[in-house]
Amino acid sequence: MMKKTELSSFSACAGCAAKMGAAALGEILVGLQKQKDPRLLVGFDHSDDAAAYELCGEEVLVATTDFFPPPVADPYLYGQIAAANALSDIYAMGGEPRLALNILAVPESLSKETVRAIVAGGAERVRAAGALLAGGHTVFSDTPLYGLAVWGCVKKDSLWTNGGARPGDALILTKALGSGIITVAAQGELVAADVLKKVYGRMARLNKTARDVLQDHGVHACTDITGFGLLGHTLELARAGGCSVLLDASALPYQAEALDFARMGFIPAGAYRNRDFAASHVEAATIDRALADICYDPQTGGGLCCALPEKEAEACLHELHLHPETAEAALIGRVVERREKYIYLK
Amino acid sequence: MKKIDARGLSCPEPVLLLRRALVKGEDEYVIIVDNGAAKENCLRYGQYQGYRVEIAAEGEAFELRLFKKEADT
Repeated sequence: MMKKTELSSFSACAGCAAKMGAAALGEILVGLQKQKDPRLLVGFDHSDDAAAYELCGEEVLVATTDFFPPPVADPYLYGQIAAANALSDIYAMGGEPRLALNILAVPESLSKETVRAIVAGGAERVRAAGALLAGGHTVFSDTPLYGLAVWGCVKKDSLWTNGGARPGDALILTKALGSGIITVAAQGELVAADVLKKVYGRMARLNKTARDVLQDHGVHACTDITGFGLLGHTLELARAGGCSVLLDASALPYQAEALDFARMGFIPAGAYRNRDFAASHVEAATIDRALADICYDPQTGGGLCCALPEKEAEACLHELHLHPETAEAALIGRVVERREKYIYLK
Repeated sequence: MKKIDARGLSCPEPVLLLRRALVKGEDEYVIIVDNGAAKENCLRYGQYQGYRVEIAAEGEAFELRLFKKEADT
């Protein structure tokens, strides 16, 4: 059961479930002039996790921002989850977070203790990532929002994007799915404390270890699974790589309780937006509806999903399983030549 | 028949209202919602609890009628 706090009343549409749908975002960005610059390696036209800008000497600057309303009532945990989620965009590009700034909006009624706890949670994750928290900006707002702008570095030949997946690649996912559904069910006080602890711990966990391990295995493409859900982000990966993806439903890691909560209708509105956006590109006719719901479920602080050479997959998975942070990583599918649909979930 | 008006509420509020009402175990319920997510979620909850669910669009809103399956036979 979730302890009621000042943040409890704000968590209705929260975490990455608050993310604007990909379709609506696409409409907004239409007509926004793309700036071309040889140093801009990844811009907003790539639907990628972060922007990448080439500095001198093969060094690439990776920049991102991410913030959302509280998905949990505990302010410190909220800060940790929001920061881990923002930092993840740097890891998804293969980068090392260096510098972070707070982005904070709070109702005037919120106590200083609560606001301090949010920021303290975020600062703890930034430190854990080995980066520096160097400032920020705070405004009053009816809805609390917290997150970070983060800058990181990566060598140009180690930069991962969501493009680059090739037929013959294996797909690995490093965290279990279901956080959106569990978070919604938690608002109905239906989730056991030990399950919540596990799910919240997963949401606040850095993707640093996952990035460290994947770096040694020749990753071709990478993204993190967040607001658009597994199928939304996998769709972007397939589309950017000009290939199709076969996902093995029986191999997907997910929080077991999420299946039953999905059957009960504790599904974030964002999951339906994700389905509306991606479903025409997905063949999943034989899949149980609740499992499909989990695949469209918006994740907050989800894992990395990467395409890497099939011959590397087994060793990579073995190595991931040696670390408690990535013990639930799984080989979830493979990349094939482009077919009629981008994704086949069986 | 119990009627629930869940218009203006976003998830999970409508499904929580339905859950509270269904505890009484009546044969027939009507719940009115005004967004697609609430419609889908209440449909799932009704089916999960063993009800047959009929959905009618009412302008911007959806009316879901839940019938206890035993009551039909």
